[in-house]
Amino acid sequence: MRRWLLWLPFLAFVLLFAVVTFGLKKPADRTIKSAMVGKPLPDFALAGIVPGKPGLSSRDFTPGKPRLLNVFASWCLPCIAEAPQLMALKQAGVEIDAVAVRDTTPALQEFLARNGDPYARIGDDRQSSVQLSIGSSGVPETFLIDAQGKIIEQHIGDIRADDVPDILAKLRAAQ
Amino acid sequence: MKRTLLPLLLLLAAPALADSNLPPAALANTQLKDPALEAKARDLMYTLRCLVCQGQSIADSDAEMAGDMRALVRQRIAQGESPDSVRRWLVARYGDYVTYDPPFSWVTAPLWLAPLVMLGIGAWLARGSFKRKKR
Amino acid sequence: MIAESGLAALWLAGALAALQLILAALGIARNHDDAMAAVRPVAVVQGLLAVVAMALLITVFMRSDMSVLLVAANSHSDKPWLYKFAGAWGNHEGSMLLWVTILGVAGAAVALLEHRVDKRTLIATLGAQAAIALGFYAFLLFSSNPFARLNPAPADGNGLNTLGITAGSYWAYYELGWGGWWFWDPVENASLMPWLAATALLHSVTVLATRDGLRAWTVMLAVVAFSMSMIGTFLVRSGILTSVHAFAVDPERGAFILALLAIYIGGALILFAARVGTVRAGNTFEAVSREGALVVNNLLLSVVLGLVLWGTLYPIVAAAFGVQLSIGPPFFDKTAGPIALILVAIMGAGPLMRWRRDGGREVLRRMAVPGAAALVTLVMFLIFARGIGILPLLGLTLAAGLAAASVAPLWKRNLRRTPLFTFGMVIAHLGIAVSLAGMASDSAFTQQVLIATKLGEPQHVGPFTVTLDSIVPVVGPNYSALEATLTARRGDSAAFTLKPQSRFFATPATVTSESAIATKLDGQLYTVLGQQDEQGRWQLRLWWKPFVTFIWLGGALIALGGVLSLFGRLWRERRWKRDDEEALA
Repeated sequence: MRRWLLWLPFLAFVLLFAVVTFGLKKPADRTIKSAMVGKPLPDFALAGIVPGKPGLSSRDFTPGKPRLLNVFASWCLPCIAEAPQLMALKQAGVEIDAVAVRDTTPALQEFLARNGDPYARIGDDRQSSVQLSIGSSGVPETFLIDAQGKIIEQHIGDIRADDVPDILAKLRAAQ
Repeated sequence: MKRTLLPLLLLLAAPALADSNLPPAALANTQLKDPALEAKARDLMYTLRCLVCQGQSIADSDAEMAGDMRALVRQRIAQGESPDSVRRWLVARYGDYVTYDPPFSWVTAPLWLAPLVMLGIGAWLARGSFKRKKR
Repeated sequence: MIAESGLAALWLAGALAALQLILAALGIARNHDDAMAAVRPVAVVQGLLAVVAMALLITVFMRSDMSVLLVAANSHSDKPWLYKFAGAWGNHEGSMLLWVTILGVAGAAVALLEHRVDKRTLIATLGAQAAIALGFYAFLLFSSNPFARLNPAPADGNGLNTLGITAGSYWAYYELGWGGWWFWDPVENASLMPWLAATALLHSVTVLATRDGLRAWTVMLAVVAFSMSMIGTFLVRSGILTSVHAFAVDPERGAFILALLAIYIGGALILFAARVGTVRAGNTFEAVSREGALVVNNLLLSVVLGLVLWGTLYPIVAAAFGVQLSIGPPFFDKTAGPIALILVAIMGAGPLMRWRRDGGREVLRRMAVPGAAALVTLVMFLIFARGIGILPLLGLTLAAGLAAASVAPLWKRNLRRTPLFTFGMVIAHLGIAVSLAGMASDSAFTQQVLIATKLGEPQHVGPFTVTLDSIVPVVGPNYSALEATLTARRGDSAAFTLKPQSRFFATPATVTSESAIATKLDGQLYTVLGQQDEQGRWQLRLWWKPFVTFIWLGGALIALGGVLSLFGRLWRERRWKRDDEEALA
């Protein structure tokens, strides 16, 4: 056996060790980002779920001005936390449309009454079909849509107070 | 065995364990009528990853979103779409993470070529154990 | 008091490990007989103390002593006693203590029973064992104390951490209503890898013992086998891989184990590279011979091991390039599967080959009957069972061939004069054939039915008709459940009952399904109860799995064969030694 071959197992272990140490050091990023960012919003048409509020379809986004698409549900706890931020965005003139995932009318009405209603339209996504088609994997998530109906960004999780100026800036830039 | 109100009360409490207020989608837990199509759908479901679980396929998971993904797979296969097409649709939404069958690309080449490389290295190392032909 | 005694025992065991290491090192370095003589008893007491510590941990779990943090975090006074017992090691700290206990017992066994090896080698072995144990004792005592107290003690604990239940393949199959038995999950792979290495090692030792070859390879495989079990220990706890089975531990502890890994494995591999050159080169072999087949066997087992390790860790490599990947059954079945099948074919031919040198044509002649068995099976399935996949078809074919080939060494032989070792080999290889047949059958012939049924409405799965008779609420020790009564029958034979349950636990709030399985001679009927839909119909999942029990039956045979061949070798060596002594007397 040639001498240097005997060192191969040790070298293999060093490689393994490097891989494993890297795995340990980097923060485990378990969020799954949508691969639709940068692509146009896929076609969809959802019926309304709250009386007095229209349903939501992809045609509502083009042509128009940049707006937010909020994926939420009445049974989602962080959605309550982000409600004030959504109201603040609405005050700043941003139009927010919503997709309600696996929800019912009475539960939604109670949620909106308690936490405020920042939405122009709410679509009824009974089987998560629109949620799946835009690459969202949980609630709440917010998608920034530009004037041509293209998805420019995905915000995973609830919107915090310090996220608001950033979102406003991005929407203005997309004008 | 006691048959009291307690189990019934606990059952009423059960919906609190679920995420949403709605029952699973129609095709989440029912099979397609055509057994060949159902087999295709099922084979595909075992290779798609549940996005909200700790390492399960959508076929094995009890999560609601997994149920909705199963319904989507069955609907599309029933409409005549090929399993590869359904997989590609999901990968276009969620990236390669959603499929347990990583596609061949420059990132996955070291993975898929590993068997050949390892067999080659192993065979070359094992040569030393065999007698050399003396001429 | 009990917990404190357990902690004291653990400290003492750790201290003795340190003493053992020092005595061994000094004894060998200075050739000090007294120091060396003390090593054996110290090793025995160390093992005993570790056992005491483990026993005391189990005791606090059985008594549901909630003032111990580990018990409060992982157990509940309502749990059945079996879960309290298993819960003692169904968590990070407890399982590390179990690891160290097994290591200590192994060291004590070597100290008590090993008398053939040269004294200095034995002392060095015990010193090495102490060095390894010391690292883990330190980990336990300073970073993962199983006996830590909780102040104030809670009234009751968090309940069973379902992720902590050790799930062997059959347990998962039986308990979780999953219907599957292997998913190439990282934790499953972590337990497979040491087995692959140990199997390769076992076969390599055969070549070493019989033909004095493959010396360096055998040493290498021994290092790899131990390394794999350490790496497995690390992977399960570190959090670097996502798995349904992983313990939830913070990365700091992962770093501690990683450091231990680097020292032990890195050290062993450096020693290997530096010193294995002093081992005289062993014999070389003819290509067509029993040794040749064993070399190929080792090679293929190592490749499968490498593939499983690489595939399990590759998502981390991909993450370094910013890509999130999922690697599962489609990859492993396509890569490790075919190599495993080639291995099965070699396993059939190997025992039929002669040592030293054999002829290609003679081997083919001896393989005629197994080959015919395989061919007949192939044709039979091609005709009667079209549409099963290529892998299961090959699996069934090879299983038939291997079954015939594995009993062939016993053909025309006086069974009473056949050594135990040979019986072990035959049974182990037969076990592989049986297991493979079970896996292939499960893959090819399982029928699954998913329906929403009304009461009294007959459903069909495979050759069975299954009817839901009733759903009643029942109460268990720490759960309430809905129990379904199903009546099943096959053709005209007697009907039988199955009672799957849907269980609701209070602490923590969980729903699990308790499957009901009916085992017949030719397979299992597996039933799971789901939820009620809007129309009041009940979801049922029904499986008919022909010959699936062969998987675990084969596994039992493999284990039996392994034990027999191990004892056979020990017994034979003892007998030779006795014959030698008698000859000299």
